[in-house]
This record gives sequence, structure tokens and C-alpha cells, in this order.
Amino acid sequence: MQSQHIKVLSVVVALAAIAVIIPNTNSFVILLTTRALAFSILVMSVDVLLGYTGLASLGQAAYLGVGAYVTAILATRYQFGLGYDFWIVVALGICFAAALAAVFGLLAIRATGVYFLMITLALGQCAWGLAYRWNSLTGGDNGINLRARPKFGIDLANEVTFFYVVFGFFAVSLLLMYTLVRSPFGRSLMGIRERELRMKILGYNTWLHKYLAFIIAGAFGGLAGVLWAHTAGIVSPENVVLTTSVDALLMAVLGGAGTLVGGVIGAMIVFGLREYLSTLVPWWQYVLGAVYVLTILYLPTGLMGIPQRIRQRRTLTGRRDDMKKIATVTS
Amino acid sequence: MTITFLRRLGPPLLGGVVALSLTPAANAAEELRIGFVAPTTGIFAQVGKDMVDGFQLYLDDVNSDFGGAKVKFIVEDEQGKPDTAVTRAKKLALQDKVHLLVGGLLASSGYALAPVSTAEKTVYVVPVSAADDLTQRDLAKYPYLIRTGWSSSQPSHPFGQWACDQGYKKIAAVGADYAFGYEVIGGFQRAFEACGGQIIQKIWPPIGTKDFGPYIPTIRQDADAIFTLMVGPMSLQFPKQLAASGNKKPVIGGGTSYDEFVLPSMGDEVIGHVSALQYSAALETPKNEAFVKKYRAKFGKVPSYYSETNYTSAQMIHEVIKNNKGNFPGAEEFVKQLAALKLDTIRGPVSIDDMRNPVQNIYIKKVEKKKMFGYDKEELWNTVIKTYPNVSQFGQFNKDEFLKTPVYSRDFPPCKFCN
Repeated sequence: MQSQHIKVLSVVVALAAIAVIIPNTNSFVILLTTRALAFSILVMSVDVLLGYTGLASLGQAAYLGVGAYVTAILATRYQFGLGYDFWIVVALGICFAAALAAVFGLLAIRATGVYFLMITLALGQCAWGLAYRWNSLTGGDNGINLRARPKFGIDLANEVTFFYVVFGFFAVSLLLMYTLVRSPFGRSLMGIRERELRMKILGYNTWLHKYLAFIIAGAFGGLAGVLWAHTAGIVSPENVVLTTSVDALLMAVLGGAGTLVGGVIGAMIVFGLREYLSTLVPWWQYVLGAVYVLTILYLPTGLMGIPQRIRQRRTLTGRRDDMKKIATVTS
Repeated sequence: MTITFLRRLGPPLLGGVVALSLTPAANAAEELRIGFVAPTTGIFAQVGKDMVDGFQLYLDDVNSDFGGAKVKFIVEDEQGKPDTAVTRAKKLALQDKVHLLVGGLLASSGYALAPVSTAEKTVYVVPVSAADDLTQRDLAKYPYLIRTGWSSSQPSHPFGQWACDQGYKKIAAVGADYAFGYEVIGGFQRAFEACGGQIIQKIWPPIGTKDFGPYIPTIRQDADAIFTLMVGPMSLQFPKQLAASGNKKPVIGGGTSYDEFVLPSMGDEVIGHVSALQYSAALETPKNEAFVKKYRAKFGKVPSYYSETNYTSAQMIHEVIKNNKGNFPGAEEFVKQLAALKLDTIRGPVSIDDMRNPVQNIYIKKVEKKKMFGYDKEELWNTVIKTYPNVSQFGQFNKDEFLKTPVYSRDFPPCKFCN
């Protein structure tokens, strides 16, 4: 259990480092980090489904979209959510997204593996279609512009203040998800990931477990959406499109599925490459592609799996040395 | 005590060092930084390239010297996504400290970049994004926005009048199902019905439709003509399939349906089709001829309106900077001076109205196969058959009454004669 403590400590230190260093860099880096952190909440929710429950979902962007559109519509149409009622909007975003996940989950959870992937993809596309065509509500492909960020005692229009707010939400989400996966419920999910049939035989209601995990992931997606709407200031069907779901999935895999923090690392790397490197060189897409391909080929457990693989290597070579010693003695 | 003090000071110091290394060095005076946001990757990459090429061609013509100021042209890729456009624009404004933001392709990008210009108090020059409301009902929200291109319904208003003059009484409209389609067809409907015509049908195939089989047979037989608004691959497929279905009715359309961006890939099925736009590469003026020849020699293709509008925008920016002896006069003053500009450009005389949208010629152009400008091959060109001078975004309509009505949408103007 000591390694667990070390892991927790290193995460806390990393978070503290981010909280301290980033606000002192230039506004663009602050902006990118804020976006990466907001998106990381979605990526971590994908990781809960993928890494801990074994369900690869290609439709999580739908919940990001719900959270984002709820925020945008309330802000522009009803002038709601720009003061202290921001917190109510956060709650509403989470609730609506969870409700959608509850509806979609009824359709999706009955399937597994590739079929689950396909159903979630289709449902995600339904959400995109609604965002695109329901012009009177969502503004269609023009999107909805949020003109200002909320002000409640503190002005979120200030990039640094907003960074701290998003960071706060991110830290709380990380803590909640960590508690979830280390709880008995989380352990059951991991059991379902390993061998669902055995869990069923042991008497667990696996359908209900998966369904609840799906709703929880959707809820966090909604939270990510609310924050995402305010980072960009515009919500459009692009937020709900398939590539966004794929991005979240890829980031989770890149960082290491089954470790919440892996998703965050994956998000940071992809955002860094995509947004920062692309301003420096035009061939950034090759780099991103190479990173994905190499990770899948050589690091299927993702970047967070590197220490474990090093340890495995070491134990293997260690045993080989022992065998050599025995061989020389016995020969 | 000192150790904890150092430990506390460590992160900010480290951060400070990082920050210093990331901030660009202070720039020499008289450098004009122009930040250009266009999709250089993704499905609109080719259009983005045209936009950048047009602007760059002007910079090359004047050696990047705007009246004494050295132009630093920074291009950022928005990938056709509004969020990316916002991030890029913020990067240009905050990190590169550009004086001007230019660009944006889609209406969604225009709507995304406009608030950034207000928040960062940076001028935003719009050469392409044609969403009507940017310079109509939403204008007050964007004091630093100024359009040098066009508004979607601007060419449609005189075009509707032209259609009446041709004797058309009933027209069926087929347009891409999104805001740009609604605005182009809406403007045409308003103008056409104001002079006695009737739009008897409005069909909206979704964006990306490749097979118009479900739509073409439903076009009413009593229509005198068909009005189409297609974009991208739809504009290549629709005329082919319409011709294959045995259509004999005259076909007219929005400017982008037959613009030089898609025209080289089209075949003889579009000969005789008429459209309206503020530019045609076949405009027979010495300025345009020189531009087309120069552009074609450098980039191997006839310039589309995407290239021309960016070239002209660069020219207009140059004029303002020249009038200020190479200095950037500040955001508000720049917008004011650009809005007061009257210039003779490649597309003709351009001035800006009091809602910061251009007032310019609208050309009614017909696709013809011929040789032009001394080229030895017969090709498709948009021959200008009529010019409407001094057309504003409100066209022949009263501005205040126009603004009282809602923005053109799928249901506005309502289709009174569709039954």
C-alpha cells in the first residue's frame, strides 16, 4: 500500500505545481491549460467507463454537449447563470447530462464490446443531429455565443481567476472519481471489467452497475460541458461531433486507461501538441499521429503504464541473472 | 526560516523564468502584426489556402511594406471549428499581440471570433464570413468588427429584381440546409416577391448530400426557373444530376454555386447558369485581368472570390495604414478610418456603409465556355451580363424596416405560395 501512498502524493504535488506555475506564464498557456483541464474532466469520465468498467464509449461528447448547450441557452435566452446562479447552472448541466445518460444507457448497456461502441456512436450522432438541426433552440451550425463569463464576487472574465475556478472543479472531480473507483462499487466495476460472467454468478447485478457507471460518466461529462462553454465562449455542434468523443477516448488510452490521471496526461499532451505545437510548426499532425501509433504499438497500457513495464523488465532480467548463477553452480 | 522562504519563492521564480522565456521580445516600432485565422487543415483546407494566398499575394506585391510599416503576417489554423478559431484568435491577440485579426471562413467562425475582438479590443476585419447579422442585428455587440467581404443576402436582393426583369413569375428554390442557404435564398425571395414574383417551393437538402434523387423529382413543374444555393461538393453534384434528370428550365443560383472555386471542376452542364456575386474572375477590367493573370501564373488556378476578397482586404488595410504614415492608429480609430474608405479595387468601387458592411457592385454572371484574357484554351468563365452598382447589404429595401424583420431563416420569409 506504500506505492499507493506514493502515487497519491505525486499526484498532489503535480496538481500543486500546476496551480502555482501556470498562472505565472503568459495568457495563452493559461488559456490552453484551462481548456485542457475542463476537457480532462470528460476524459476522466471516459476512463471510468473504459479503464474501470471495460466499456469503450464513442458517444461521451453528447454529455459535454448537453452541459455546454444548457449553459449557453440559459445564458443567452434567459440571462441566467451569469451571477451567483452560475452554481445552479452547474447543477442543471450535471442533471440534464445525467438524465440523457440515463435514457441512452437504457439502450446502450444491453450491449457489450464492439456493439456497445456502435450504439454509443449512434447515440452520440443523434445528439449531434439534434444540435445541428434544432435551429430554434441551438442556433444550428452558427452555434450560440456566450458573451460574458459569470461574475459572482470574482470576475471569471479574468483568465487567471477562471483558471483557478476550473482547476478547482477539476481537482474536486478527480477526488470524487478517485473515491468512486476505490470504493466497493468501483471494485465491482473492475470485477465486471475482468470477468462479467463471474460477477453475475457471484450474484452482482452487473447491468445495474454498468448503468450507474454510465450515468455517473454522463454527469461528469455535463460538468465538463458547462466549463467548456465558458472557456471557449461559443457552443456549436462541433462540440458534439464524433471527433470530440474519439478525442476523449484516445486521450484516455494514450495516458493509460484504468488510471484516472492517465487521462489528464493524455489530454495535456494532445492539447499541447494540437494547440501549442501547431502554432510553431505545420507538421504537428504527423507528430500527434506518430504519438498515437507508437503508444498503441508499444505502450498499450498508455504512458502511465511505463513505470510498471520498467519494473517488469527489471524483474525479468533479475530472474535471468539468478538462473545464470544457478546454472554455473550446478554445472 | 530562509529555507521555507526560498521554497515559497521557488515556484514563482521558476514560473517567472518560464514566463520570461515564453514572452516574445519587445518589437521594434512600425511593425504591423496581422493575425490571419483560416482553415489550413481539415475539409476546408483548400478554401483556407485560397484565402491565405490572396492576402499573401498582395503582401508580395507591396513587399510587405504598408506605407512604411513592415507587415508581419501570422497565419493560424482554425480547422473549420469555432472553438479552435477562438483559441487561435486569443493566441494571436494575447501572445503575438497582433494589431489586426483577419479571417474566419464559416458563419460559425465569424460568430466565434467577433466576441473575441470585443473582449480583447482588437480590430477584426471580416473578408469572407458572410453571416448577415454580424453587421445587422448584432452589430452593437461588436464595435471592433468591420466587414470587407459581403453579407450572404447582399447579392440576392438585386438578383431578385433581375429575375423579375427576365419575366420569371414562379421560381422553385433548392438550397443547402443551413444558415448560409437560408440567408441567400431568403434575400432572393424577399426581392423577387417584392417585384411581383412568387417563390412556389423551398427544398432544403442537408449539407453533404451527394444524391439528390429524393429532391429533384419533387421540383414543381409549373416553376419558370430553379434557384439553387449549393456549397462544396454539392455544387458539383447538383447541376450534373439536374441535367441528367432532363431539366429544361433555366437555372439560376447563389454566387458560391458557380464561383471560380468550383467552376474548373464542373462540366458543360452548367453552361448558361446565372448567379450573382460581388466578384467574377471574368470581369473585363484592366485591374482584374492583371490580377487573374498574376494569380494564375503564381498559383496555377483562376482566383476565386475567396482569394480576391482577401487581396482587396489587404489593399484596404494598406490604404488606412498609409494614411497614417505607417503607424497603427489604435483600434477604434482604425475601424473609423476603414469605414470611411472609398477604394477602387479589383471587384470595382468599394465603400463601407454605416453598419460596417461593404457597398459595392453586384455582378449578374452567366457561365459560358470561351477563351479569355489571352489564354489559349476554351474554359468555363462567369461572364458578367449585368452590373448593379452601389448595392448595400439592404439592397433596394429600407434599412429600418429591414432590421425590424427577423433574420432570414428556414421559415422566414414564409413561403406564401408553397402549397
